[in-house]
Amino acid sequence: MVQKLEYLRESASQTAGPYVHIGLAPGAAGFDIYERELGWDIAGPNAAGERITVTGTVIDGMGAPVKDVLLEAWQANAAGVYAHPEHPGEVEAGFRGWGRVITDFESGEWRFETVKPGAVTGADGRVHAPHINLWIVARGINIGLNTRLYFADEAEANAADPVLTGIEWEDRRATLVAARDERAEGQAYRFDIRLQGAGETVFFDI
Amino acid sequence: MTGALKGHGAGAPAEYYQRDRDLQPPAHTPIYKTSVMRSPRCSLISLDQGPGEITGPTFGHGDLQPGDNDLITNYAQDGLPIGPRMILHGRVLDENARPVPNTLVEIWQANAGGRYRHKKDTYLAPIDPNFGGCGRTLTDENGYYVFRTIKPGAYPWRNYVNSWRPAHIHVSVFGHSFSQRLITQLYFEGDPLIATCPIVNTIPDQAAIGQLIAKMDMNATVPMDAMAWKFDIVLRGRRSTLFENRPEGN
Repeated sequence: MVQKLEYLRESASQTAGPYVHIGLAPGAAGFDIYERELGWDIAGPNAAGERITVTGTVIDGMGAPVKDVLLEAWQANAAGVYAHPEHPGEVEAGFRGWGRVITDFESGEWRFETVKPGAVTGADGRVHAPHINLWIVARGINIGLNTRLYFADEAEANAADPVLTGIEWEDRRATLVAARDERAEGQAYRFDIRLQGAGETVFFDI
Repeated sequence: MTGALKGHGAGAPAEYYQRDRDLQPPAHTPIYKTSVMRSPRCSLISLDQGPGEITGPTFGHGDLQPGDNDLITNYAQDGLPIGPRMILHGRVLDENARPVPNTLVEIWQANAGGRYRHKKDTYLAPIDPNFGGCGRTLTDENGYYVFRTIKPGAYPWRNYVNSWRPAHIHVSVFGHSFSQRLITQLYFEGDPLIATCPIVNTIPDQAAIGQLIAKMDMNATVPMDAMAWKFDIVLRGRRSTLFENRPEGN
Protein backbone atom coordinates (compact mmCIF):
# COMPACT_ATOMS: atom_id res chain seq x y z
CA MET A 1 0.00 0.00 0.00
CA VAL A 2 1.25 3.44 -0.88
CA GLN A 3 1.42 5.82 2.07
CA LYS A 4 -1.14 8.59 2.20
CA LEU A 5 -0.18 12.26 2.58
CA GLU A 6 -2.38 14.13 5.01
CA TYR A 7 -2.45 17.50 3.27
CA LEU A 8 -5.49 19.51 2.40
CA ARG A 9 -5.74 20.98 -1.10
CA GLU A 10 -5.94 24.68 -1.78
CA SER A 11 -9.43 25.96 -2.57
CA ALA A 12 -9.81 26.52 -6.30
CA SER A 13 -9.86 30.10 -7.55
CA GLN A 14 -12.82 31.54 -9.42
CA THR A 15 -13.09 34.77 -11.36
CA ALA A 16 -13.91 37.87 -9.34
CA GLY A 17 -16.66 38.54 -11.90
CA PRO A 18 -18.08 41.82 -13.17
CA TYR A 19 -19.26 43.12 -9.80
CA VAL A 20 -16.08 42.75 -7.76
CA HIS A 21 -16.28 46.46 -6.95
CA ILE A 22 -19.34 46.20 -4.72
CA GLY A 23 -17.54 43.71 -2.55
CA LEU A 24 -14.00 45.04 -2.42
CA ALA A 25 -14.27 48.72 -3.33
CA PRO A 26 -17.90 49.71 -2.70
CA GLY A 27 -17.05 53.36 -2.01
CA ALA A 28 -15.08 53.69 -5.23
CA ALA A 29 -17.98 52.06 -7.03
CA GLY A 30 -20.36 54.69 -5.65
CA PHE A 31 -21.95 52.44 -3.05
CA ASP A 32 -21.69 53.84 0.45
CA ILE A 33 -21.80 51.04 3.02
CA TYR A 34 -18.58 51.00 5.08
CA GLU A 35 -17.37 53.80 7.29
CA ARG A 36 -13.79 52.91 6.46
CA GLU A 37 -12.83 51.68 3.03
CA LEU A 38 -9.74 49.48 2.85
CA GLY A 39 -6.75 49.98 0.60
CA TRP A 40 -7.10 53.57 -0.53
CA ASP A 41 -4.00 54.80 1.30
CA ILE A 42 -0.87 52.75 0.66
CA ALA A 43 1.84 54.79 2.32
CA GLY A 44 0.10 57.12 4.81
CA PRO A 45 1.15 60.68 5.59
CA ASN A 46 4.29 59.80 7.59
CA ALA A 47 6.07 57.70 4.98
CA ALA A 48 9.54 58.82 3.97
CA GLY A 49 10.63 58.78 0.37
CA GLU A 50 9.61 60.16 -2.94
CA ARG A 51 5.86 60.60 -3.43
CA ILE A 52 4.81 59.06 -6.73
CA THR A 53 1.70 58.56 -8.80
CA VAL A 54 1.21 55.51 -10.98
CA THR A 55 -1.42 55.36 -13.70
CA GLY A 56 -2.20 52.77 -16.31
CA THR A 57 -4.71 50.64 -18.11
CA VAL A 58 -5.16 46.92 -18.46
CA ILE A 59 -5.51 45.95 -22.12
CA ASP A 60 -7.09 42.78 -23.47
CA GLY A 61 -6.14 40.59 -26.42
CA MET A 62 -8.05 42.83 -28.83
CA GLY A 63 -6.23 45.93 -27.64
CA ALA A 64 -9.24 47.22 -25.75
CA PRO A 65 -9.03 48.59 -22.20
CA VAL A 66 -10.47 46.32 -19.55
CA LYS A 67 -12.92 48.48 -17.60
CA ASP A 68 -13.84 46.20 -14.74
CA VAL A 69 -10.45 45.40 -13.24
CA LEU A 70 -9.44 45.49 -9.59
CA LEU A 71 -5.73 45.80 -8.81
CA GLU A 72 -3.94 45.33 -5.53
CA ALA A 73 -0.46 46.64 -4.82
CA TRP A 74 1.97 45.32 -2.20
CA GLN A 75 5.24 47.12 -1.64
CA ALA A 76 8.04 47.87 0.79
CA ASN A 77 8.65 51.35 2.17
CA ALA A 78 11.45 53.62 0.98
CA ALA A 79 13.93 51.70 3.15
CA GLY A 80 12.93 48.37 1.60
CA VAL A 81 10.90 47.10 4.57
CA TYR A 82 7.53 45.39 4.21
CA ALA A 83 4.87 46.18 6.82
CA HIS A 84 4.75 42.63 8.12
CA PRO A 85 5.98 41.05 11.37
CA GLU A 86 8.26 38.61 9.54
CA HIS A 87 10.20 41.31 7.75
CA PRO A 88 12.75 42.89 10.10
CA GLY A 89 12.91 46.62 10.32
CA GLU A 90 10.39 49.30 11.07
CA VAL A 91 7.91 51.03 8.82
CA GLU A 92 6.50 54.49 9.44
CA ALA A 93 3.31 54.73 11.50
CA GLY A 94 0.41 54.39 9.08
CA PHE A 95 2.49 52.82 6.31
CA ARG A 96 0.55 49.75 5.13
CA GLY A 97 2.27 48.98 1.88
CA TRP A 98 -0.98 47.63 0.48
CA GLY A 99 -3.46 49.30 -1.79
CA ARG A 100 -6.46 48.49 -3.87
CA VAL A 101 -7.77 50.40 -6.88
CA ILE A 102 -10.39 49.91 -9.56
CA THR A 103 -10.46 51.21 -13.09
CA ASP A 104 -12.67 54.04 -14.24
CA PHE A 105 -15.76 52.40 -15.74
CA GLU A 106 -15.64 54.64 -18.84
CA SER A 107 -11.93 54.94 -19.67
CA GLY A 108 -10.40 51.89 -18.03
CA GLU A 109 -7.74 54.09 -16.36
CA TRP A 110 -6.53 53.25 -12.87
CA ARG A 111 -4.33 55.32 -10.63
CA PHE A 112 -2.70 55.13 -7.23
CA GLU A 113 -0.51 57.33 -5.11
CA THR A 114 2.26 56.00 -2.91
CA VAL A 115 5.96 56.38 -2.17
CA LYS A 116 8.65 54.83 -4.30
CA PRO A 117 9.76 51.61 -2.60
CA GLY A 118 13.39 50.90 -1.73
CA ALA A 119 15.44 47.93 -2.88
CA VAL A 120 14.69 44.66 -1.06
CA THR A 121 17.12 41.87 -0.27
CA GLY A 122 15.90 38.38 -1.06
CA ALA A 123 16.32 35.24 1.05
CA ASP A 124 19.46 34.38 -0.90
CA GLY A 125 21.03 37.77 -0.21
CA ARG A 126 20.53 39.12 -3.73
CA VAL A 127 19.17 42.62 -4.02
CA HIS A 128 15.96 43.23 -5.94
CA ALA A 129 15.54 46.58 -7.67
CA PRO A 130 12.73 48.78 -6.33
CA HIS A 131 9.41 47.28 -7.40
CA ILE A 132 5.74 47.08 -6.54
CA ASN A 133 4.02 43.68 -6.53
CA LEU A 134 0.68 43.75 -8.33
CA TRP A 135 -2.24 41.35 -8.32
CA ILE A 136 -4.96 41.70 -10.95
CA VAL A 137 -8.46 40.26 -10.91
CA ALA A 138 -11.45 40.82 -13.19
CA ARG A 139 -14.23 39.15 -15.07
CA GLY A 140 -12.67 36.64 -17.47
CA ILE A 141 -9.58 36.16 -15.27
CA ASN A 142 -9.97 32.78 -13.59
CA ILE A 143 -7.11 33.14 -11.17
CA GLY A 144 -5.49 36.41 -10.06
CA LEU A 145 -2.49 37.45 -12.15
CA ASN A 146 0.72 38.40 -10.35
CA THR A 147 3.17 40.81 -11.86
CA ARG A 148 5.78 43.37 -10.79
CA LEU A 149 6.15 47.04 -11.58
CA TYR A 150 9.74 48.29 -11.85
CA PHE A 151 10.84 51.88 -12.56
CA ALA A 152 12.48 53.13 -15.76
CA ASP A 153 14.72 55.56 -13.86
CA GLU A 154 16.30 52.69 -11.91
CA ALA A 155 18.07 51.29 -14.95
CA GLU A 156 21.21 50.28 -13.09
CA ALA A 157 19.34 48.42 -10.34
CA ASN A 158 17.01 46.87 -12.90
CA ALA A 159 19.96 45.55 -14.86
CA ALA A 160 21.10 43.66 -11.76
CA ASP A 161 17.68 42.50 -10.60
CA PRO A 162 17.53 38.70 -10.31
CA VAL A 163 13.89 38.49 -11.40
CA LEU A 164 14.20 40.74 -14.46
CA THR A 165 17.47 39.19 -15.56
CA GLY A 166 15.98 35.74 -14.99
CA ILE A 167 13.45 36.32 -17.76
CA GLU A 168 14.93 34.45 -20.69
CA TRP A 169 13.41 36.71 -23.35
CA GLU A 170 15.12 40.05 -22.95
CA ASP A 171 12.43 41.90 -24.89
CA ARG A 172 9.83 40.83 -22.37
CA ARG A 173 11.65 42.42 -19.42
CA ALA A 174 10.60 45.88 -20.57
CA THR A 175 6.93 44.96 -20.06
CA LEU A 176 7.56 45.21 -16.31
CA VAL A 177 9.16 48.65 -16.36
CA ALA A 178 6.95 51.68 -15.74
CA ALA A 179 7.96 54.69 -17.79
CA ARG A 180 8.32 58.09 -16.23
CA ASP A 181 5.28 60.09 -17.29
CA GLU A 182 6.74 63.47 -18.28
CA ARG A 183 3.34 65.01 -19.06
CA ALA A 184 2.04 64.63 -15.53
CA GLU A 185 2.88 66.90 -12.62
CA GLY A 186 5.12 65.55 -9.90
CA GLN A 187 6.82 62.19 -10.05
CA ALA A 188 4.49 60.14 -12.17
CA TYR A 189 4.84 56.75 -13.83
CA ARG A 190 2.83 55.02 -16.49
CA PHE A 191 2.33 51.24 -16.42
CA ASP A 192 0.06 49.61 -18.98
CA ILE A 193 -0.60 45.91 -18.55
CA ARG A 194 -1.22 43.83 -21.67
CA LEU A 195 -3.02 40.61 -20.84
CA GLN A 196 -2.43 38.93 -24.18
CA GLY A 197 -0.71 39.16 -27.52
CA ALA A 198 1.94 41.62 -28.73
CA GLY A 199 3.83 43.13 -25.80
CA GLU A 200 2.15 40.76 -23.37
CA THR A 201 3.09 41.63 -19.78
CA VAL A 202 5.10 39.05 -17.88
CA PHE A 203 3.04 37.30 -15.22
CA PHE A 204 4.52 35.22 -12.45
CA ASP A 205 3.69 32.00 -10.67
CA ILE A 206 4.72 32.98 -7.17
CA MET B 1 21.34 46.17 4.01
CA THR B 2 17.95 46.76 5.56
CA GLY B 3 15.11 44.57 4.54
CA ALA B 4 16.95 41.25 4.46
CA LEU B 5 15.05 38.23 5.63
CA LYS B 6 16.02 37.18 9.12
CA GLY B 7 19.11 35.02 8.87
CA HIS B 8 19.38 31.69 7.17
CA GLY B 9 18.86 28.18 8.47
CA ALA B 10 16.33 27.04 11.04
CA GLY B 11 13.87 29.79 11.92
CA ALA B 12 14.14 31.64 8.63
CA PRO B 13 10.76 32.41 7.06
CA ALA B 14 9.96 29.55 4.74
CA GLU B 15 8.21 29.66 1.40
CA TYR B 16 4.71 28.49 0.57
CA TYR B 17 4.05 25.26 -1.28
CA GLN B 18 3.90 25.47 -5.04
CA ARG B 19 0.36 26.24 -6.13
CA ASP B 20 -1.21 23.13 -7.68
CA ARG B 21 -2.01 24.37 -11.16
CA ASP B 22 -3.71 21.06 -12.01
CA LEU B 23 -6.57 21.77 -9.64
CA GLN B 24 -6.68 25.53 -10.32
CA PRO B 25 -8.51 26.77 -13.41
CA PRO B 26 -6.17 27.60 -16.29
CA ALA B 27 -6.33 31.14 -17.67
CA HIS B 28 -7.65 30.22 -21.11
CA THR B 29 -11.01 28.43 -20.84
CA PRO B 30 -13.09 28.95 -24.01
CA ILE B 31 -16.30 27.67 -22.36
CA TYR B 32 -16.13 30.87 -20.31
CA LYS B 33 -16.01 33.29 -23.22
CA THR B 34 -14.59 36.36 -21.50
CA SER B 35 -11.45 34.40 -20.60
CA VAL B 36 -10.51 34.06 -24.27
CA MET B 37 -9.32 37.66 -24.67
CA ARG B 38 -8.24 38.12 -21.06
CA SER B 39 -5.83 35.22 -20.69
CA PRO B 40 -2.07 35.43 -21.22
CA ARG B 41 -0.71 33.37 -24.09
CA CYS B 42 2.75 33.10 -22.57
CA SER B 43 3.50 30.75 -19.70
CA LEU B 44 3.68 32.15 -16.20
CA ILE B 45 7.28 32.64 -15.12
CA SER B 46 8.10 30.82 -11.91
CA LEU B 47 9.41 33.12 -9.20
CA ASP B 48 11.42 32.11 -6.15
CA GLN B 49 9.60 33.50 -3.16
CA GLY B 50 11.28 36.38 -1.37
CA PRO B 51 10.17 38.95 1.19
CA GLY B 52 7.50 40.39 -1.10
CA GLU B 53 5.83 37.03 -1.62
CA ILE B 54 6.17 35.68 1.94
CA THR B 55 4.72 38.84 3.50
CA GLY B 56 1.36 40.43 2.91
CA PRO B 57 -0.97 43.05 4.32
CA THR B 58 -2.28 42.68 7.85
CA PHE B 59 -5.63 43.90 9.13
CA GLY B 60 -6.99 44.57 12.59
CA HIS B 61 -10.30 45.16 14.25
CA GLY B 62 -9.70 48.90 13.85
CA ASP B 63 -10.18 48.44 10.11
CA LEU B 64 -13.72 47.12 10.50
CA GLN B 65 -16.91 48.06 12.29
CA PRO B 66 -18.81 45.55 14.47
CA GLY B 67 -21.71 44.41 12.24
CA ASP B 68 -19.77 44.47 8.95
CA ASN B 69 -20.35 40.70 8.86
CA ASP B 70 -24.15 40.98 9.09
CA LEU B 71 -25.55 41.55 5.61
CA ILE B 72 -29.10 41.31 6.95
CA THR B 73 -28.65 44.57 8.83
CA ASN B 74 -25.58 46.35 7.41
CA TYR B 75 -27.53 48.12 4.66
CA ALA B 76 -31.07 47.92 6.07
CA GLN B 77 -32.81 51.27 5.59
CA ASP B 78 -36.38 50.90 6.84
CA GLY B 79 -36.87 47.17 7.21
CA LEU B 80 -35.33 43.76 6.68
CA PRO B 81 -34.18 42.44 3.30
CA ILE B 82 -36.42 39.91 1.56
CA GLY B 83 -35.23 36.35 1.07
CA PRO B 84 -34.07 33.23 2.92
CA ARG B 85 -32.16 34.22 6.04
CA MET B 86 -28.94 32.25 6.36
CA ILE B 87 -25.74 31.93 8.35
CA LEU B 88 -22.50 31.31 6.49
CA HIS B 89 -19.67 30.00 8.61
CA GLY B 90 -16.53 27.95 8.45
CA ARG B 91 -12.80 28.04 8.94
CA VAL B 92 -9.86 29.29 6.96
CA LEU B 93 -7.16 26.61 7.01
CA ASP B 94 -3.90 26.06 5.20
CA GLU B 95 -2.84 22.93 3.32
CA ASN B 96 -1.23 21.66 6.54
CA ALA B 97 -4.74 21.85 8.11
CA ARG B 98 -3.59 24.61 10.45
CA PRO B 99 -6.05 27.42 11.12
CA VAL B 100 -5.30 30.82 9.58
CA PRO B 101 -6.15 33.30 12.35
CA ASN B 102 -6.81 37.05 12.09
CA THR B 103 -7.16 37.09 8.34
CA LEU B 104 -9.56 39.26 6.40
CA VAL B 105 -12.50 37.52 4.69
CA GLU B 106 -14.67 39.66 2.41
CA ILE B 107 -17.82 38.53 0.61
CA TRP B 108 -20.17 40.00 -1.97
CA GLN B 109 -23.30 38.67 -3.61
CA ALA B 110 -26.58 39.31 -5.40
CA ASN B 111 -29.87 39.63 -3.53
CA ALA B 112 -32.53 36.91 -3.26
CA GLY B 113 -33.67 37.63 -6.82
CA GLY B 114 -30.20 37.44 -8.36
CA ARG B 115 -29.74 41.20 -8.73
CA TYR B 116 -26.58 43.04 -7.71
CA ARG B 117 -26.54 46.56 -6.31
CA HIS B 118 -24.25 47.70 -9.13
CA LYS B 119 -25.00 50.15 -11.90
CA LYS B 120 -23.72 47.73 -14.52
CA ASP B 121 -26.27 45.09 -13.50
CA THR B 122 -29.39 45.63 -15.63
CA TYR B 123 -31.18 42.37 -14.85
CA LEU B 124 -34.90 43.07 -14.50
CA ALA B 125 -35.19 41.49 -11.05
CA PRO B 126 -35.48 44.42 -8.63
CA ILE B 127 -32.98 45.84 -6.18
CA ASP B 128 -33.86 45.19 -2.55
CA PRO B 129 -33.86 48.58 -0.78
CA ASN B 130 -32.68 46.94 2.43
CA PHE B 131 -29.90 44.80 1.04
CA GLY B 132 -26.37 45.91 0.05
CA GLY B 133 -24.71 42.58 -0.59
CA CYS B 134 -21.23 42.95 0.83
CA GLY B 135 -19.66 42.09 4.15
CA ARG B 136 -16.30 41.46 5.78
CA THR B 137 -14.83 39.98 8.93
CA LEU B 138 -11.59 38.75 10.49
CA THR B 139 -11.11 35.11 11.38
CA ASP B 140 -10.65 34.45 15.10
CA GLU B 141 -7.66 32.71 16.69
CA ASN B 142 -8.99 29.35 15.42
CA GLY B 143 -9.41 30.56 11.86
CA TYR B 144 -13.18 30.68 12.31
CA TYR B 145 -15.44 33.20 10.56
CA VAL B 146 -19.18 33.81 10.44
CA PHE B 147 -21.55 35.95 8.35
CA ARG B 148 -25.30 36.41 8.39
CA THR B 149 -26.94 37.12 5.04
CA ILE B 150 -29.74 36.40 2.59
CA LYS B 151 -29.35 33.38 0.31
CA PRO B 152 -28.60 34.79 -3.16
CA GLY B 153 -30.65 33.87 -6.22
CA ALA B 154 -29.39 32.49 -9.52
CA TYR B 155 -29.10 34.99 -12.38
CA PRO B 156 -28.75 34.98 -16.15
CA TRP B 157 -25.64 36.17 -17.94
CA ARG B 158 -24.44 36.53 -21.51
CA ASN B 159 -22.17 33.60 -22.09
CA TYR B 160 -24.28 31.20 -24.08
CA VAL B 161 -27.72 32.54 -25.07
CA ASN B 162 -29.27 30.83 -22.08
CA SER B 163 -26.67 30.75 -19.31
CA TRP B 164 -27.53 31.01 -15.62
CA ARG B 165 -25.07 31.29 -12.77
CA PRO B 166 -25.81 28.98 -9.86
CA ALA B 167 -26.54 30.79 -6.59
CA HIS B 168 -23.14 31.85 -5.28
CA ILE B 169 -21.32 34.13 -2.90
CA HIS B 170 -17.97 35.65 -3.91
CA VAL B 171 -15.27 35.19 -1.28
CA SER B 172 -11.94 37.03 -0.97
CA VAL B 173 -9.27 35.89 1.52
CA PHE B 174 -5.82 37.29 2.24
CA GLY B 175 -4.04 34.72 4.41
CA HIS B 176 -0.71 35.89 5.79
CA SER B 177 1.21 36.41 2.57
CA PHE B 178 0.67 37.93 -0.86
CA SER B 179 1.22 34.46 -2.34
CA GLN B 180 -1.82 33.12 -0.44
CA ARG B 181 -4.16 35.78 -1.86
CA LEU B 182 -7.30 34.11 -3.18
CA ILE B 183 -10.66 35.02 -4.63
CA THR B 184 -13.19 32.28 -5.19
CA GLN B 185 -16.94 31.62 -5.19
CA LEU B 186 -18.98 29.37 -2.97
CA TYR B 187 -21.96 27.39 -4.23
CA PHE B 188 -24.79 25.67 -2.38
CA GLU B 189 -25.16 21.93 -1.94
CA GLY B 190 -27.82 20.46 -4.22
CA ASP B 191 -28.02 23.30 -6.75
CA PRO B 192 -28.60 21.72 -10.18
CA LEU B 193 -27.06 24.74 -11.95
CA ILE B 194 -23.59 23.97 -10.57
CA ALA B 195 -22.95 21.20 -13.09
CA THR B 196 -24.03 23.38 -16.02
CA CYS B 197 -21.97 26.47 -15.22
CA PRO B 198 -19.03 27.34 -17.52
CA ILE B 199 -17.32 29.32 -14.74
CA VAL B 200 -17.53 26.37 -12.35
CA ASN B 201 -16.30 24.10 -15.12
CA THR B 202 -13.16 26.15 -15.71
CA ILE B 203 -11.91 24.06 -12.76
CA PRO B 204 -10.49 20.86 -14.23
CA ASP B 205 -10.72 18.78 -11.06
CA GLN B 206 -14.06 17.46 -9.80
CA ALA B 207 -12.89 17.19 -6.20
CA ALA B 208 -11.74 20.81 -6.34
CA ILE B 209 -15.22 21.81 -7.54
CA GLY B 210 -16.73 19.85 -4.65
CA GLN B 211 -14.57 21.83 -2.26
CA LEU B 212 -16.37 25.03 -3.38
CA ILE B 213 -19.82 23.69 -2.50
CA ALA B 214 -21.02 24.84 0.92
CA LYS B 215 -22.83 22.17 2.89
CA MET B 216 -26.14 22.64 4.66
CA ASP B 217 -25.40 22.60 8.39
CA MET B 218 -28.43 21.75 10.52
CA ASN B 219 -26.40 21.85 13.73
CA ALA B 220 -25.54 25.51 13.24
CA THR B 221 -29.03 26.43 12.06
CA VAL B 222 -30.89 28.77 14.43
CA PRO B 223 -34.40 27.33 14.88
CA MET B 224 -37.20 29.58 13.63
CA ASP B 225 -34.60 32.11 12.41
CA ALA B 226 -31.87 31.21 9.89
CA MET B 227 -30.55 28.17 8.01
CA ALA B 228 -26.79 27.61 8.22
CA TRP B 229 -24.26 26.67 5.54
CA LYS B 230 -20.70 25.60 6.27
CA PHE B 231 -17.83 26.55 4.00
CA ASP B 232 -14.17 25.92 4.84
CA ILE B 233 -11.53 27.73 2.79
CA VAL B 234 -8.05 26.25 2.26
CA LEU B 235 -5.09 28.50 1.51
CA ARG B 236 -1.60 27.47 0.46
CA GLY B 237 0.46 25.80 3.16
CA ARG B 238 3.95 26.59 4.19
CA ARG B 239 7.08 24.51 4.24
CA SER B 240 8.77 23.79 7.53
CA THR B 241 12.29 25.16 7.75
CA LEU B 242 14.12 22.02 8.88
CA PHE B 243 16.43 21.79 5.91
CA GLU B 244 16.09 25.22 4.37
CA ASN B 245 18.81 27.66 3.43
CA ARG B 246 21.73 25.88 5.02
CA PRO B 247 25.09 27.17 3.91
CA GLU B 248 26.71 24.79 1.46
CA GLY B 249 28.87 22.15 3.07
CA ASN B 250 26.85 21.84 6.25
